[in-house]
Amino acid sequence: MLKIDNLQARIEEKEILKGINLEIKPGEVHAIMGPNGSGKSTLASVLAGREDYEVTGGSVDFLGKDLLEMAPEDRAKEGLFLAFQYPVEIPGVSTTNFIKTAVNEKRKYQGLEPLDAAQFLKTMKEKMQLVQINQSLLSRSLNEGFSGGEKKRNEIFQMAMLEPKLGILDETDSGLDIDALRIVANGVNQLRSKDNAFLVVTHYQRLLDYIVPDFVHVLYNGKIVRSGTKELALELEEKGYDFIKAELEATTA
Amino acid sequence: MEITSLNKAFEQKRSGSATLGTFEEQNWSSFDQWGLPALKHEEWKYTRIRTLFKEGMLVDGAVSSLSEETIHQHFLPGELAANAVVFVNGIYQSALSHYTAGTDQLIVKSLETAAGDEDADFVKKHLGHSQQYHKDGINALNGAFAAGGVFIRAKKGKQVVDPVVIYHFSDSTTGFRFSQPRILVHAEAASELQILETYIRIGSEESLTNEVIEICAETDAHVHYVKLQNEGTGASHTGTTHIRQLGRCTTHAVTITLSGMLVRNNLNMIMEAANSESHMYGLYLLNGKTLADNHTIVDNQMPNCLSNELYKGIMDEESTGVFNGKIFVRQDAQKTNAYQSNKNILIGNQSSANTKPQLEIFADDVKCSHGCTVGKLDENALFYLKARGIPDDKAKALLLHAFAVDVLDQIKSDAIRAYADQLISERLSYSE
Amino acid sequence: MAEEQEDILEQVTTSEYKYGFVTAIEADEAPKGLTEDTVRFISAKKNEPEWLLEYRLKSYRQWLKMEEPQWPNVTYPKIDFQDIIYYSAPKQKISPKSLDEIDPELRKTFEKLGISLDEQKRISGVAVDAVMDSISVATTFKEELSKVGVIFCSMSEAVQEHPELVKKYLGSVVPATDNYFSALNAAVFSDGSFCYIPKGVRCPMELSTYFRINAANTGQFERTLIVAEEGSYVSYLEGCTAPQRDENQLHAAVVELVAMEKAEIKYSTVQNWYPGDKEGKGGIYNFVTKRGICAGDHAKISWTQVETGSSVTWKYPSVILKGDYSIGEFYSVAVTNNFQQADTGTKMVHLGKNTRSRIVSKGISAGKSQNSYRGLVSVSKNADNARNFSQCDSMLLGDKCGAHTFPYIEVKNNSAVVEHEATTSKIGEDQIFYCNQRGMDTETAVALIINGFAKEVMNQLPMEFAVEAQKLLAISLEGSVG
Repeated sequence: MLKIDNLQARIEEKEILKGINLEIKPGEVHAIMGPNGSGKSTLASVLAGREDYEVTGGSVDFLGKDLLEMAPEDRAKEGLFLAFQYPVEIPGVSTTNFIKTAVNEKRKYQGLEPLDAAQFLKTMKEKMQLVQINQSLLSRSLNEGFSGGEKKRNEIFQMAMLEPKLGILDETDSGLDIDALRIVANGVNQLRSKDNAFLVVTHYQRLLDYIVPDFVHVLYNGKIVRSGTKELALELEEKGYDFIKAELEATTA
Repeated sequence: MEITSLNKAFEQKRSGSATLGTFEEQNWSSFDQWGLPALKHEEWKYTRIRTLFKEGMLVDGAVSSLSEETIHQHFLPGELAANAVVFVNGIYQSALSHYTAGTDQLIVKSLETAAGDEDADFVKKHLGHSQQYHKDGINALNGAFAAGGVFIRAKKGKQVVDPVVIYHFSDSTTGFRFSQPRILVHAEAASELQILETYIRIGSEESLTNEVIEICAETDAHVHYVKLQNEGTGASHTGTTHIRQLGRCTTHAVTITLSGMLVRNNLNMIMEAANSESHMYGLYLLNGKTLADNHTIVDNQMPNCLSNELYKGIMDEESTGVFNGKIFVRQDAQKTNAYQSNKNILIGNQSSANTKPQLEIFADDVKCSHGCTVGKLDENALFYLKARGIPDDKAKALLLHAFAVDVLDQIKSDAIRAYADQLISERLSYSE
Repeated sequence: MAEEQEDILEQVTTSEYKYGFVTAIEADEAPKGLTEDTVRFISAKKNEPEWLLEYRLKSYRQWLKMEEPQWPNVTYPKIDFQDIIYYSAPKQKISPKSLDEIDPELRKTFEKLGISLDEQKRISGVAVDAVMDSISVATTFKEELSKVGVIFCSMSEAVQEHPELVKKYLGSVVPATDNYFSALNAAVFSDGSFCYIPKGVRCPMELSTYFRINAANTGQFERTLIVAEEGSYVSYLEGCTAPQRDENQLHAAVVELVAMEKAEIKYSTVQNWYPGDKEGKGGIYNFVTKRGICAGDHAKISWTQVETGSSVTWKYPSVILKGDYSIGEFYSVAVTNNFQQADTGTKMVHLGKNTRSRIVSKGISAGKSQNSYRGLVSVSKNADNARNFSQCDSMLLGDKCGAHTFPYIEVKNNSAVVEHEATTSKIGEDQIFYCNQRGMDTETAVALIINGFAKEVMNQLPMEFAVEAQKLLAISLEGSVG
């Protein structure tokens, strides 16, 4: 589904991604872990097409298309969804209205009729259950005055509505207490299927207790330095990132 | 408007410097053309300046009977006595002035001297820049009498430790005194300078001071400017403080008005260099029939600048506070952040506040905001204090002092801040 | 909301001013130029009583002595007042006695503008007075309204049928001498709407006037007067369009509102006069004086305006809060694009005790346009406990436009509380990216964000207008984001 080949990117003059290789197949959940500043969020942003980052090398194939050539909205309509680490507030635009616009843009792209009010409402009601989000929150301005937990639940709710092929969760767990984390993770788990895939970017192992990954990759200094199964996450949790650093230094020394 | 004594004074004085002479002539003809601003002049909408000008006012600055002793008696105590620049009736008096800073740090000399020595080019280039922002007779009239002014230069890379205190004496013992001090300041690159201007009227007759001070700050210079007005009910004032940031630097101005008849302060921050910062704070604490009118201009011309402005007013009795704050963001000034706030408390039954914040934005990638309020003392807070047993007048004084302190806190020099706080506390009958 | 949004998206893809057509209809016109004779001509055409002619002539003589205002933040070439036709009426073969007899050409024009003069076809109950150039063409639902005592007719008709009311209130809120353009209007006003809501009546339907400039070289000078007696309520809507022409045309209207004790008037405008083309050629000069007075205690006047049209706008719908506990409101969205200039805002004059006012102004500038908010909040000496809250937000799209804020606040009473807040910003790149990531293109994202920005004002509009206004916003900003 997604094939990242030697991806390099920088912001202004600073090299951040120094050659990422990663392949994700349908039905898989991959976790990217790493210390702060290792390039985790950059990877998520570059995949979604944020213009602040300049891709300096490598390629990304998404469902047979060159992802890097696509505008951000086309990536979204092709089925790539980014759950933002810091969801943006848009005053005066209700979440309902926002999502309806997004859903129908995507349907238009797929050559489908836009959902009418009744159909839309029905779908929305179903998906609201997933993340235990209520109607009153959805009629408020998008993310404005939402708590951290509400914002993250709203991201997952949007993901449920848009039914992406690939969901990228950028530190969705940051700032969440354990109850909120459980709700969010539970929402993601219910969306898992053999046809879609997830890339979970996180600093802590904690989230992976709830969203169990098939593969875990450690990102350090712009490169994936180790890959393994979920046991790798536990090892990291136990030993801390320093052990990776130490190991790396030992091999390069 | 014809005032014979003014005409006569202009005819009689002749500056020795060719540069100043031409400058004065030009200003005199502008004054002739523009005249004194009337109320229909948008910039003078609330301030009736014309009536202050009277036939028979004393305009000849050279005549004064003030003794050296009288002058020194009014010097501020302690470290504030350090660098004292004395004006009497709008004319710089080098004999009465004295300095702790050496000439390797600080140069102070008459404008006339500066117009003819190594600073001549600078004077020629920068004197009168404020007129671009004030096309009115008041500014021009000061320019027509520029020769008695002073030139101040802080030398490159030098920190002038003690504040430069500029004393403006008006001798109103024999009649209505009209003084027109003129000051040009050059803060060279990486210099540091604190300026305090203060005004003293001696005598029982009324006075009017019409001042223009122009300050040019070069790259990395730090200029802290404080204007403190507590001249008493008979004194009127029209002054322009014009600060130019020639290079990337930070400038602060604090304007405090405590008394006067009619006080008009223009403060301009001309931000001509990218990545600069400016801060403007004002406090007007008025009573009686005082009218204090603060007009400020922030002109953001280059990108990535920050300006911050806070003016606060407390109006008691029949006083009037006027605030007009303009923020311009020019087309090149992308990524400007400009903030402005004006807060007024009306206490007096006959007091009033007129405020007009004004944003003029020509660049799109900016963040600008302004807010202003006019209101009374917070009744909940007042009740809370009283419920704790604090009497009404004390509680009010406490709250008003707290309201004012935001502005006082912005004065960098401890000595100046303590002095201003003392004046305000006395006025509010507030003590900690 | 969601469906409306869809409509906007569709509209965004079509751009040109769609009301720019001209109706081929013969017109009865006054000769070009303005003299006392022109004033007499207009008055005679309308068969007016002597007092009204006198009022006009007095206003005309005043106007001659006045000067065109220079203070607004707008520039336009000097208007040649002798090059304007001051009276132009579409010629109808017979004077229509009922709505069925209206000239089909006129009927078609209004159908094309989406204004049906056929009462049966109206889905919701909105009574319409349709004004083309100088005269009122038709007023619908008159009979039904008259059952409850509401008078809704053209100003010309009111002069004939209800002279005592017109005489009493005309010029009582906006005196002829108020300003240059109100004096001009008082001299040459041709038609407009008149509404009278009797005591205790809640007007059963929305009243609406649709103004259309059709003839070339004409100025439109309409006059609207609404009087709401004690305890009554009325909601009034105003819409306007004009043909696309290369020369500028002048529109100088006067609107007066009188709200008695406990009466409420809600006045909404969607202003869509031709704004000129992309190079700034042509368009309407919209110089309008609108003012209401809360004459009695507990009266309320609320202005809502969505301003997208006109090449130059100069307009400050105001409220004089004379009655104690009276309330004034002003909600405005002003959009300028290309070379448009708008200087608009409000005046809230607090005279009575415990009066309240609220100002919400949203300015959106794009292209090379200049958009200014100018407002006055004045609290007089006797206006104890007056309250005002003002919020003025500007949004800039592009770096060639300007946004300006000129709020005047004058407080002479120490129990007043006045608060003003203003912000200027651009649409955040992060907001657009967020929308992009959800599959919306940038144009859609901007329309969505702009509508959110203006929502507080849009919510004040009656439903029918809100949909139209939202579309207008999107169309006005078409192509402004690159």
